[in-house]
Amino acid sequence: MKAISRVEGRAYPVGLKNIDTDVIIPAVWLKTISRAGLGKGAFESLRAVPGNVFDDPEYAGAPILIAGDNFGCGSSREHAAWAMADLGISAVIAPSFSDIFSGNAFKNGLLAIVLPQAAIDRLMEVARTDDIHIDLETQTVTTPFQDRFEFEIDPFRKHCLINGVDEIGLTLKSSDAISVYEAKLSADRPWLAPNPV
Amino acid sequence: MSTPQTLYEKIWNAHVVEQRDDGTCLIFIDRHLVHEVTSPQAFEGLRAAGRRVRRPDLTLAVPDHNLPTTARLDSNGQPIPIADPESAQQLEALERNAPEFGIDYINASDAKQGIVHVVGPEQGFSLPGTTIVCGDSHTACHGGLGALAFGIGTSEVEHVLATQTLQLTRSKSMEVRVEGELRAGVSAKDVVLHITGVLGAAGGSGHVIEYTGSVIRALSVEGRLTISNMAIEHGARAGLVAPDETTFAYIKGRPMAPSGANWDAAVAYWRTLATDPGATYDKVVSIDAADIAPSVTWGTSPEDVLPITGIVPDPSAFADPSKQEAARKSLDYMGLTPGTRMTDIEVQNIFIGSCTNSRIEDLRAAAEILKGRKKAANVKWAIVVPGSGLVKQQAEDEGLDQIFTDAGFEWREPGCSACLGMNPDKVPAGERCASTSNRNFVGRQGPGARTHLVSPAMAAAAAVAGKLTDVRAFAN
Repeated sequence: MKAISRVEGRAYPVGLKNIDTDVIIPAVWLKTISRAGLGKGAFESLRAVPGNVFDDPEYAGAPILIAGDNFGCGSSREHAAWAMADLGISAVIAPSFSDIFSGNAFKNGLLAIVLPQAAIDRLMEVARTDDIHIDLETQTVTTPFQDRFEFEIDPFRKHCLINGVDEIGLTLKSSDAISVYEAKLSADRPWLAPNPV
Repeated sequence: MSTPQTLYEKIWNAHVVEQRDDGTCLIFIDRHLVHEVTSPQAFEGLRAAGRRVRRPDLTLAVPDHNLPTTARLDSNGQPIPIADPESAQQLEALERNAPEFGIDYINASDAKQGIVHVVGPEQGFSLPGTTIVCGDSHTACHGGLGALAFGIGTSEVEHVLATQTLQLTRSKSMEVRVEGELRAGVSAKDVVLHITGVLGAAGGSGHVIEYTGSVIRALSVEGRLTISNMAIEHGARAGLVAPDETTFAYIKGRPMAPSGANWDAAVAYWRTLATDPGATYDKVVSIDAADIAPSVTWGTSPEDVLPITGIVPDPSAFADPSKQEAARKSLDYMGLTPGTRMTDIEVQNIFIGSCTNSRIEDLRAAAEILKGRKKAANVKWAIVVPGSGLVKQQAEDEGLDQIFTDAGFEWREPGCSACLGMNPDKVPAGERCASTSNRNFVGRQGPGARTHLVSPAMAAAAAVAGKLTDVRAFAN
């Protein structure tokens, strides 16, 4: 995972609640066996609407997206996070995220920042004209107008994001503990071993 | 005496390999289901890092999302290649990756093939008290057996393949208690649609939900799988139903399930899992079965649920301004006008299938309505896609396929099909579908497709009426 600690720039003011994974990347784009190139399918149904923010030159290359409640609900497809990253987005700010999307975003160094609706409303306003600044170290979102919003983040996730930690590599350091657990499991619950299909 | 625990706490505690100071736990995964869509990049990651699959014996691969539901074998018994090159490529990747990493693989023309969430319980791979993951959000389905089951992304698929664990933080717990007796014409699907309407699409966010109460206890395992399947549609990490005699009877004798002395030991363990008296949940929601009618969705979020007797809502009637805007967009997409009776909405397509409703009980419920009837002339496309080859066989043994085809339905091969339209089964733009699937998202069943989520019996009734209709008028 690439390290990330700051994101600064324009933000797509999307704002809708329940933006689901099929809106972020429709199923037809999931047939790839690669992580790359999904940006062209990102937000396809929103982009079909004339005057949408994604195709507005004002927001070209914006690294931030602002959305409503329950962003990323629906499917577990990590393609949603890959598509957003491919579109150049490094952070999403919303009042809430689906659990799976939030995890997928984290694994890809895409910040999923939770702020209350009032802050979202203010940022939606600022996003139309000015840059937004996110600092993961200080856990703040700020604007050129002295707005300052603090956000919470799991300390482990923060550490992994800032240091670009390879989570599998980290877990593999616990291989011995896993082996101990497996041995105990075989003794306590031998019936867990499945018969071959 | 130890502190009373919920079912969720018991399963969680039994799977902690390590706990860090910040509360993050390394959780052991007992079962990993793999399909062709969310796994290629994970296997590629393993290859790139020179890593192996730690526990291939706990991993089962089966293709489901991309497979066409037309014949799989030609007249010589040879597999028919998939026409779509991208779908074919994904299938080939799984066919190559499974043996390379030593994973059991059920191929596309095997009678055991089907939707992962139908295959797992059917084969006895999914068991109570286990942790089950799959790169698919409807993994919550297996919670119907009392397993802690949840969907994961591809990075986590790779993590589980490499380590058989996940780094997780404990979710909050919620009890959704459904008491009383279901009214005539009301099925498990109506119960879960109703719950989703009550909780909202994000209502279960951050929680693992245990479904309890007399209604849940009285349901078959198939019905419980249907309910838990849609836990994700109200935002929950996972759904759970405590295992009981109904569960044990369902599992006993299944090919991959414990047998002999192992069976007795397993059942003895499973009996200890139920939530202890006095254990508390972070949140409790009570639902009266008498309030649940045959249900249908009107919008593009699964929370947009109405009883079939309802009318299309006016967006301005919603208290939440962002819901008002979402409802306006939904109605525009759905081509619906506020005030329209749900029973006046014509449908052109019927889909009976998906991991929510493609088990034998679902097909029986639909066939019961269709027996001796025919689909309406305005219904252009009506398909039944059994959840697995074994469900298909059983349905054929019971003569259900004949009832469906006599009624004007197409009888298809198993897979995910029109639930998400990754294969050729799609609903045309601008047309409506009464669908037994789980999501009515924009474009879910095909670009521009308009989905109304219903139970299998309601889908069958809609086929006959040519519009959404109250199944209670069809009692045989």
